[in-house]
Amino acid sequence: MANADCIIIQGSNMAEAHPVGFQWVMEAKARGARIIHVDPRFTRTSANAHKHIPTRAGTDVVLLGALINHVLSNDLYFEDYIKAFTNASSIVSSDFQDTEDLEGLFSGFDPETGSYDTDSWQYSASQEGERVGDASTFTGRDGSHYTSGHAGASEAFGAGGPPLEHGLPERDETLQDPHTVFQILKRHYSRYTPEMVTETCGISRADFDYLADSLVSNSGRERTTCFAYAVGWTQHVGGAQFIRTAAILQLLMGNVGRPGSGIMALRGHATIQGSTDIPTLFNLLPGYLPMVSVGEHDDFAAYTDSIGRSEQKGYWANSRAYAVNLLKAWWGDAATAENDFAFDYLPRLNGPAGTYQTLMRMLDDGVDGYFLLGQNPAVGSANGRMQRLGMSHLKWMVVRDFSMIESATWWKEGPEIDSGELRTEDIGTEIFFLPAANHTEKAGSFTQTQRLVQWREKAVEPPGDAQSELEFLFDLGNRIREKLKDSTDPRDRPLLDLTWDYPVDESGEVDPEAVIAEINGRFESGPDAGKPLTSYTQMTDDGSTSGGCWIYTGVYADGINQAARKKPRTEQDEFAHEWAWAWPANRRILYNRASADADGKPWSERKKLMWWDDEQKCWSGPDVPDFPADKDPHDPGDTDAGGPAALAGNDAFIMQADGRGWLYAPTGLVDGPLPTHYEPVESAIPNPLYPQQSNPTRVSFQDRHNLNAPGTSGTHQDVYPYVFSTYRVTEHHTAGGMSRWLPYLSELQPELFCEISPELAEEVGIEPYGWATVISPRAAIEAIALVTERMTPLTVAGQTVHQIGLPYHWAQGTHAVVDGDSVNDLIGMNLDANTQIQNSKVTACTIRPGRRPRGKARQELVEQLQREAGLTLSTGDTRVTAPDFPEGTHPEDIDLSTGETIEESFDLPAHHRQGPQSPGLSEDGKHEQGGEED
Amino acid sequence: MPRFSFLEWPVVRQLRDGDILGRGTAVTSQHTRDKKPRTVEADHVAHSVCPYCAVGCGQLVYSKDGKVTQIEGDPDSPISRGRLCPKGAASEQLVNSPRRVTTVRYRRPHGTEWEDLDLETALDMIADRFLEARRRHWEETDEKGRTLRRTMGIASLGGATIDNEENYLAKKLFTAAGAVQMENQARI
Repeated sequence: MANADCIIIQGSNMAEAHPVGFQWVMEAKARGARIIHVDPRFTRTSANAHKHIPTRAGTDVVLLGALINHVLSNDLYFEDYIKAFTNASSIVSSDFQDTEDLEGLFSGFDPETGSYDTDSWQYSASQEGERVGDASTFTGRDGSHYTSGHAGASEAFGAGGPPLEHGLPERDETLQDPHTVFQILKRHYSRYTPEMVTETCGISRADFDYLADSLVSNSGRERTTCFAYAVGWTQHVGGAQFIRTAAILQLLMGNVGRPGSGIMALRGHATIQGSTDIPTLFNLLPGYLPMVSVGEHDDFAAYTDSIGRSEQKGYWANSRAYAVNLLKAWWGDAATAENDFAFDYLPRLNGPAGTYQTLMRMLDDGVDGYFLLGQNPAVGSANGRMQRLGMSHLKWMVVRDFSMIESATWWKEGPEIDSGELRTEDIGTEIFFLPAANHTEKAGSFTQTQRLVQWREKAVEPPGDAQSELEFLFDLGNRIREKLKDSTDPRDRPLLDLTWDYPVDESGEVDPEAVIAEINGRFESGPDAGKPLTSYTQMTDDGSTSGGCWIYTGVYADGINQAARKKPRTEQDEFAHEWAWAWPANRRILYNRASADADGKPWSERKKLMWWDDEQKCWSGPDVPDFPADKDPHDPGDTDAGGPAALAGNDAFIMQADGRGWLYAPTGLVDGPLPTHYEPVESAIPNPLYPQQSNPTRVSFQDRHNLNAPGTSGTHQDVYPYVFSTYRVTEHHTAGGMSRWLPYLSELQPELFCEISPELAEEVGIEPYGWATVISPRAAIEAIALVTERMTPLTVAGQTVHQIGLPYHWAQGTHAVVDGDSVNDLIGMNLDANTQIQNSKVTACTIRPGRRPRGKARQELVEQLQREAGLTLSTGDTRVTAPDFPEGTHPEDIDLSTGETIEESFDLPAHHRQGPQSPGLSEDGKHEQGGEED
Repeated sequence: MPRFSFLEWPVVRQLRDGDILGRGTAVTSQHTRDKKPRTVEADHVAHSVCPYCAVGCGQLVYSKDGKVTQIEGDPDSPISRGRLCPKGAASEQLVNSPRRVTTVRYRRPHGTEWEDLDLETALDMIADRFLEARRRHWEETDEKGRTLRRTMGIASLGGATIDNEENYLAKKLFTAAGAVQMENQARI
């Protein structure tokens, strides 16, 4: 980031949440870069920027789409770059219909399932006359049709692109054909104008011009612009598309793969990147291989083909090798060519099994046991009330943490105990609190936000009963295997055949280096048997090599823990290749082939990074080339060979099946090939662009504890007239488990507050530093009012929009140093269909002066407002509002205003509507999601 | 208490030490002069990484007699250049907080208080419950007879704060057991 000429921070308060990383923004500023912060609030980041542009939360696609329109309409894009490296010239199927044609929907929408058939989004027939793509929709052997995104599969393409059969779509290099991506893009964003930005985001023309000019004048051969975002983009319904919009813009401006370019994802936990790469996530296996889905991956070949076909371009063509190496690492000698390397040992998904689907299953008594490994969902997840109620349905839980977090104590204290809704004596959940070792008490690696794997040395022994997760999991595995050792049940074979023989030290602790060595991989046979692999390109698909996470291969090259390297920064260049190790291949800037032009020459001397050395016949420069090292820029690629050999010399995007950066995504996303503006679920502003009000693919859960505000529907929009966003402060960390127990940090930020503008304070009669009560359709909380001009009321669609800021680190309890109400109790569960991540950034509420009621009266207040607003289970959950797609008549819904029938109405089923096998229709014709089966 | 000496009078020390303004060494007490930074007294320094956000700042963990005494930023780190934010700088309290719980605590079904439990017993009880939940909610096939080979009786949440090696073992063990409901903060 220090090399950027302009940095646009949007969806992040980097100075507050990533303060030490922010030094590189300040470094860029000191070198002359322009810094712009787009955010609803004026924050510490804004204070350090040249300009703060206040915006309405959830409208990012309008702003970024208008920038796309601006650069396309005025020919301000980087023409040589987009022609060389993007799919601008690719021709899309003539069956494709845009949101401009269909009132806000793309072609292929099925209102019955609430999902898209993506066939019509594909590239036009390839040169061989074959259909290209069609990868994200699968037809099972029995003819069942299944869209991968519903198992969260789009995330499996996080390290690259989804497959295309061949990387040879038809192209029109003049970009004039109306079906080219370029022309589709132009039409799609033609109504995203500066006026629309003013009308929708509340951003003035002058501010828009400043932003557009900053971007344009700091892009091109000589200059680069960098974007940075955090959960201000991801935690939205449609969040994946917010990021996509920035990606399109950066590709158009030539800001990918070059120094000071790109999009910086600022992640919030020490190894949240590592836990995605080596995923404790339901839909992934290590290295972004998908979990197996029934009907989609019925045999090993179908599975690996769905990841990448061997005949396609780029490195996903070797997907079979990556999968075989993983299976070999896990099941050793039991994984053979004859049994498809024990592919059948992998369990199958048949729909999403994300944390919110699991919660619904808990409420339905479908889950017995729950492990919490350093996470506090009672405070940190959306709809904290439902989280706690869900835990009361468990038979047992294991809480591994440093202190008595609220997810361990909810049965004894908390809002539901206060209200009498739960009684301690009635709760049957058995709880094991196991003390955990902290980061100084064990050795191991974290992967930080730029994919850098950094090893920590152990400083001291853990105290008392405290154990590392490594020790706990190894021990649990040993006990389970011991208890099953005489089993003849085939279901136990995967556990008994598991490679689980890690070396231990004298105190019985597993050597973590042995685990990272397994992740790295080794030769299983041949002259080098037993030696570590140095690169994933050495992986074979015949079982002669193994490796637990292909993208990490090289971290243990030569038997040396490369992640533990600590050569001081003062003794190496700015890439610091000898400080730790970055996946893949210790490469620090991804797609860096694009830092040189089509001929392999740097775009400019000033922005030089990698180039083709015609004498040495190799790619040269200070970073590790992200390209076959000896592939000439004019190499046409051997398309018959498939894989890396098929890449042409300018196919800089080596993980994409066509080698190009995707302005338009023919596969991989479930809610559209191009980002489109939809209003947030509870928004009271009509979508100014389309009759389709909100994202039609969103995942929702109809439940009496998860009601939505009416938004634009209904007649009582005045009950929840404001919106709030949640955020972090520097002195605390997420749900507070690692900060509210520390005296220093608790003293610095002792209590929950809400930020409101002086105008809003006056409107509702709140005094500065007085108490305020915030009420959403889910819960009521109290906070100290911080009345500040940092909050700007915006005029949007002729209405004044007041936004409220709420940090979410506190919770009710007696164990931490400080306590307070839990903000996530206010938030409902509405998820992005691509990522299954909830919206936390735009939630409807009202705010009143004074403290909230105590005890039972607290929830009564919430229910009183629900009745005033006329909320029903389906309020705000109307999926399709585009008139050409009538959703059917709405049957009588449950009327919350008739007191005595409420309980009866909700009694069956007890808590929620359990969805059918895959997303389907409920009685009233609305899309629902629930567990996988009844 | 050292013997009184006129040479230790502040004004004498001020002249003697050249501390003209009397705001430096002349006014430091013996008590202050005897103090040393904890980093000097440490008998071991471990290279570590901050456990909070994903910037990955370098930490130096100083310890003495097997106890962490101080945590400082690592000036060698090309990421953080020695800096830490308030959380990273406070992380010594994460280790030594008096509110930290270091023994197993157990709440029996319908119990009203925490109880003590031996670690070994707890681990064995958990393994039994794991197998029982796995069995009770086992799904061999779906309603169309297609293989699922999984259990929905067990779920886990967490991973973004623990190590890569720990995530790896968790995913490996749970997947082999058929427990597919694994999630972490990356979903939130």
